[in-house]
Amino acid sequence: MASALINVPAKAKRGDIIEIKTLMSHIMETGYRHMASGELVPRDIITSFTCRFNGSEIFRTDLFPAIAANPFITFFTTATESGKFEFEWIGDRGFSETASASITVE
Amino acid sequence: MQQPPNSSRRQFLGLAGGAAVLGIIPIVTVRPAEATPAMLASAIQTVTGGAAVRTGKVKLEIPPLVENGNTVPMTVSVNHPMAPEDHVRSIHVFNEKNPQANIANFHLGPHNGRAQVSTRIRLADSQKIVAIAKLSDGTFWSASVDVVVTLAACTEDVI
Repeated sequence: MASALINVPAKAKRGDIIEIKTLMSHIMETGYRHMASGELVPRDIITSFTCRFNGSEIFRTDLFPAIAANPFITFFTTATESGKFEFEWIGDRGFSETASASITVE
Repeated sequence: MQQPPNSSRRQFLGLAGGAAVLGIIPIVTVRPAEATPAMLASAIQTVTGGAAVRTGKVKLEIPPLVENGNTVPMTVSVNHPMAPEDHVRSIHVFNEKNPQANIANFHLGPHNGRAQVSTRIRLADSQKIVAIAKLSDGTFWSASVDVVVTLAACTEDVI
């Protein structure tokens, strides 16, 4: 089944800019490939990735078929307070996965 | 010497090689419609709403020569402060020749601290990649890179 890999530093100093790395296992079927029978393989991709910190959205990505399988996305954020990052991936065929990571800010 | 048998063998190999090449060409040409520069322009137009896009500020890092178009690492950074009153609002990445012109849209804000994102993308052909950043003051900045792809992605058939 789908699984997520999240890399968030466990601790940071207040004001530090930290990098967050995320990977979600997913086939990301483009919808442009054909089967041997000539039929089009239906599209099955993740269309949206969102990161919230303590409930408020800090980063969002719209994904298209041009994103490689097992979408890997990294971004930065400023460490302001201790709390929890929540990650959400939404896609075709009702795909929906979440993950979370906590950070301690000193 | 045995010149005649040798040369006929050579001819045969030449013919066989030629047939193999001919056999490959149709597979290469049977492809779904590609995005065109016009589709790229209209995708950019959708994001900018017709506003002028200036070159600069944006740095698009992608290998110039890609062996496998199925997974190409890409990093986009924007050399701009991320202050509440003046920051990068979004980064949009486009391509010229995949079946669809969009690659990704990244929505940012002042809390990101640094306007830099990385991901891995698919490229169906050697082509131009364009990254456009939208700033909070409404201006657009761009960078583009030409990439050569030896093994294409997206459009190969499922066996």
